[in-house]
Amino acid sequence: MSEPQGRRTGPDRDATGTGAPHGAPQGPRTARDEILGRIERALGRRRPPVDRAYAAIERPYRRRHHESGIVDLFAERLAHYRAVVHRVEPADLPGAVARVLTRGRYAVPAGLPAHWLAEVDPALLVHEPPTTELDALDGVVTGCAAAIAETGTIVLDHGPGQGRRALSLVPDHHLIVVTADQIAPDVPEALERLSPARPLTFVSGPSATSDIELNRVEGVHGPRTLDVIVTR
Amino acid sequence: MTMPTYLGMPAFPRAARAAVADERLRDNLARATGTIRDRRRAAVAELDDWAALREAGRRIKDHTLRYLDHYLRLLEEKVTAAGGTVHWARDAAEANRIVADLIRATGRTEVVKVKSMATQEIGLNEALEKEGITAYETDLAELIVQLGDDRPSHILVPAIHRNRSEIRDIFRRRMPDAPPDLSDEPAELAEAARRHLRAKFLSAQVAVSGVNFAVAETGTLVVLESEGNGRMCLTLPKTLISVMGIEKVVPTWRDLEVFLQLLPRSSTAERMNPYTSAWTGVTPGDGPQEFHLVLLDNGRTSVLADEVGRQALRCIRCSACLNVCPVYARAGGHAYGSPYPGPIGAILSPQIRGIGSPVDASLPYASSLCGACLEACPVAIDIPEVLVHLRAKVVEEGPRHPLAGTAMAAAGWTLRSPRRLALAQRLASASRRLIGRRGRIRRLPGPLRAWTDSRDAPAPPPESFRAWWKRTDGGRA
Ligand code: SF4
Repeated sequence: MSEPQGRRTGPDRDATGTGAPHGAPQGPRTARDEILGRIERALGRRRPPVDRAYAAIERPYRRRHHESGIVDLFAERLAHYRAVVHRVEPADLPGAVARVLTRGRYAVPAGLPAHWLAEVDPALLVHEPPTTELDALDGVVTGCAAAIAETGTIVLDHGPGQGRRALSLVPDHHLIVVTADQIAPDVPEALERLSPARPLTFVSGPSATSDIELNRVEGVHGPRTLDVIVTR
Repeated sequence: MTMPTYLGMPAFPRAARAAVADERLRDNLARATGTIRDRRRAAVAELDDWAALREAGRRIKDHTLRYLDHYLRLLEEKVTAAGGTVHWARDAAEANRIVADLIRATGRTEVVKVKSMATQEIGLNEALEKEGITAYETDLAELIVQLGDDRPSHILVPAIHRNRSEIRDIFRRRMPDAPPDLSDEPAELAEAARRHLRAKFLSAQVAVSGVNFAVAETGTLVVLESEGNGRMCLTLPKTLISVMGIEKVVPTWRDLEVFLQLLPRSSTAERMNPYTSAWTGVTPGDGPQEFHLVLLDNGRTSVLADEVGRQALRCIRCSACLNVCPVYARAGGHAYGSPYPGPIGAILSPQIRGIGSPVDASLPYASSLCGACLEACPVAIDIPEVLVHLRAKVVEEGPRHPLAGTAMAAAGWTLRSPRRLALAQRLASASRRLIGRRGRIRRLPGPLRAWTDSRDAPAPPPESFRAWWKRTDGGRA
């Protein structure tokens, strides 16, 4: 866990109540001072150093629930959400993309590998459309940053080949290409691969709601059709 | 005012009696909670290390609470460094003031909202309305509640008390663009909501959200949702204002590996919810370019000061305790008189608002102490323990409880000793757990019958508190 930086006196001193709040203005107590003061009073001053206490938290749970068959598991779990999963050899990827992108015009983010689209009619593709045009498009094709087999989840970090968040949100159809090496067996290892400094979107199936009698209904505000091509 | 008590709200036993008498409400609730209960059990059973995850979740939350001042300072520093602005609010009024001023500064009078318990708790929509600002709820369930001039009755499924044909009727009546031949097919209802809100999303300039987790180490905010309205709110507007209770902070990014496994399975019984968004401050060229985080106390620091009660702050709002609660299934969410219904509401609302009002003083009795909530809770909050603790407080310092004239008076001096009462009730609760439960509400000895007048479940005849007291040698046996 990272140390606080800058003017801070460090986690140990803050946590044991010996570090005075920084930058507290003179005069009437601010809400910040008051809330932090109440917390300090509630917790008492004598606490072991925070880093030591944090490190002592035991984590006897599994790092992963499956050791093998990770790609199969991912495909199965994702399909369970009624995403349409296509499994192809890497060489067949352009053909698979072309077979999915047939229903109108599609947004394409900058940085998407050009060969993925080699067999798609260029007239169908709109590169980096402005947000105001997104609602008029039929779909979007992106890559991803990582995937989670156990939960059938795809994570976008909206870097090259994925586009800004709006791009994969507004159009009603989302095609995501996932390569086998991007699939982590389970949640812990997937989080290790991701940078929280990036905006992240975890996608597990098409948009859905359980708000009507607690039954899952696909298709509310996010893309209602989710196609996923998984390369072996 | 720290948190709205729903206006004219009768104390729990009376409100519950009305709900129990409403057969349709009870049917809707029973069907919905029964379905989710079974599915949740399966989702949890799939992970053979569930107990270990739950224990880790409990420990991470306890640790965070123990160093809450430290982690809030760290969160503030990291959010600020990433281009966000952090505000602190002592109570509901201050939080509402901050949000209203931020919205005013944008020159807008409309905001889109994604479901947030914290903003319900502070009555934000009503406060904004007084300032001439309209807040549009965008969750399907919240929309149903808002269009139906209704109140949420469940944390996760606020319109759980409405069945599909009622929802269709509300849409036909109150949604100007709803097709006249709208059916009660869930898919059609969802489609109507999609069309209704799309224009709002595309033109929205300001959004208000809650927060599921805030990572102190990195300043990252996390929101879990299903429909994509959360993504819309978090992505399309220029300004984003997120309101979070101070207990929502977690130390590190890694800690999410526990909560992202616990929360979806516990709440919607899914391996993962359809969408989770995480963002850190402001990302140039992507999403809102102005981000404000409001850290809300509103009574939480006094909950923190109570060593028994503070475990309520571990709550990740999954609503599993509602779905397994026999009292909730019959009484419904509205009887709890607060945005937090069910077992968690019974321990959270009286702690946040204090036990000064009849409804808050009655909430700790809105339970049969059957222990199902503790068993379901993914962060192992011992709700029965806190209920008993709060009952002792009510007896000690609360208003004259509606039941005080009956069971409680009969119990005599023993009830005036909070410690002895707590002991007695703990024992009763523990023995119930040993006896096992078959989903039936049973009567408890003595004052534990508290709310039982308001329900009609078959139950063995009650043993009077006196008889029980005598038989058990004052609870010591
Ligand atoms: S108390 Fe536990 S079970 Fe109830 S909503 Fe909170 S986390 Fe979930």
